[in-house]
Amino acid sequence: MSANKESLGRTVGVVLAVCLVCSVIVSGAAVGLRDIQQTNAMKDKMSNILHAAGLLEQAQGDILGTYNEFVEQRFVDLSSGEFVEAPSEDYDMYKAAKKTDMSVKVENSNVGFQRRAEIASVYLVRDDAGDVSRVILPVHGSGLWDLMYGFLALDADGKTVRELIYYQQKETPGLGGEVQNPAWQEKWDGKKLYSDDGAVALEVKKNAGAENPYAVDALSGATLTSNGVNNTVQYWVGESGFGPFLKKQAWRS
Amino acid sequence: MADTKEMKKVLFGPILDSNPIALQILGICSALAITTKLETALVMSLALTSVVAFSNLFISLIRNQIPSSVRIIIQMTIIASLVIVVDQILKAYSYEVSKQLSVFVGLIITNCIVMGRAEAYAMKSPPLMSFLDGIGNGLGYSFVLIIVGIVKELFGFGTLLGFEILPLVQNGGWYQANGLLILPFSSFFLIGGLVWVIRTIRPEQVEPKE
Repeated sequence: MSANKESLGRTVGVVLAVCLVCSVIVSGAAVGLRDIQQTNAMKDKMSNILHAAGLLEQAQGDILGTYNEFVEQRFVDLSSGEFVEAPSEDYDMYKAAKKTDMSVKVENSNVGFQRRAEIASVYLVRDDAGDVSRVILPVHGSGLWDLMYGFLALDADGKTVRELIYYQQKETPGLGGEVQNPAWQEKWDGKKLYSDDGAVALEVKKNAGAENPYAVDALSGATLTSNGVNNTVQYWVGESGFGPFLKKQAWRS
Repeated sequence: MADTKEMKKVLFGPILDSNPIALQILGICSALAITTKLETALVMSLALTSVVAFSNLFISLIRNQIPSSVRIIIQMTIIASLVIVVDQILKAYSYEVSKQLSVFVGLIITNCIVMGRAEAYAMKSPPLMSFLDGIGNGLGYSFVLIIVGIVKELFGFGTLLGFEILPLVQNGGWYQANGLLILPFSSFFLIGGLVWVIRTIRPEQVEPKE
């Protein structure tokens, strides 16, 4: 019996059987739970948008209801800055950036990715009267270790920053990871994106000083992450990012 | 068939008498990293306990079929599958916690407790006893994690499971939070202290001097 157990055929047979059973169980779990997981991921994204909208406390757990009431997703052609129809039902600008017919090459920027989608999603936040109170732009760019994804929330004037909320990043915890620290997030409130001549002026730098409307204090011990945030913001509010959209202010009409 | 006394010993022995963390010093990395809050410690304990219990059960069920030349690989395959299932369940039903635990759920695969029990116990014992042994060792792990989690959250944040126990100075209370306890390495001191306490109660666990 035991000599038989060690034979080559028996070994291969047992290994194959174990692998087969395990793979069925694993794929069963993955497929069976996918719907619930996707709902969770969607809710997580919504709660980040509500955070950027400044509505998270007001929502008090009712993420879905608050989101549907106050937030509207629109799509923007980045080159013209005009609103366009959603290209497809489940359009994802980060997936579109990988397709050459739906994206353009990134030039003259070290934002950290090669292509960006031609059509981006934006989120308009409305107040109780129905007027746009904030415009939320999805931004991403490389940090020290990987791409960091976040939402940049602007006032309805399209020039004043309210929040910069990162929701996905892999920076060093305690150093670059502090991009998610509420104390640092607060520093963005009230900063101005453009100087008087319309050029992108906002930067992340050392010893910026709280009074300077065009600079945010860099994270200590995380120079490369801070540079990454700097490049991300400058790219996305610049001419090749949401610049045309923010100048046209299509949400006003 | 094993009697009740034996079963009790297998089930509760690992809590104090042969605690996997305190006596065998296994599974330290996850114990250090995820005990900052009691909630994550609880979820991690639950995840690890279910993985050890079921990996022991399944390995024991097929222990007479496993060729010894590939036994470690087969154990790993079973453990890895269970960990993925647990990870998927966490992502579906406890999304916030699974985000905090992030990589550590996946790292249960490499947790020495799981492999250790599979190799040392489940390969030689009948399914029911192996299952109990898994639960017992999971309880031992949970015991340490929960104590460390309670101390760290209570004195590091002034809360337990998110409820305020010691009002913090920042919120107008009197308690100045101990920032050291929020950092992962402070678990070293706490686990060290726990080992000391357990070995004072059970002097037979002290290793003889060389």
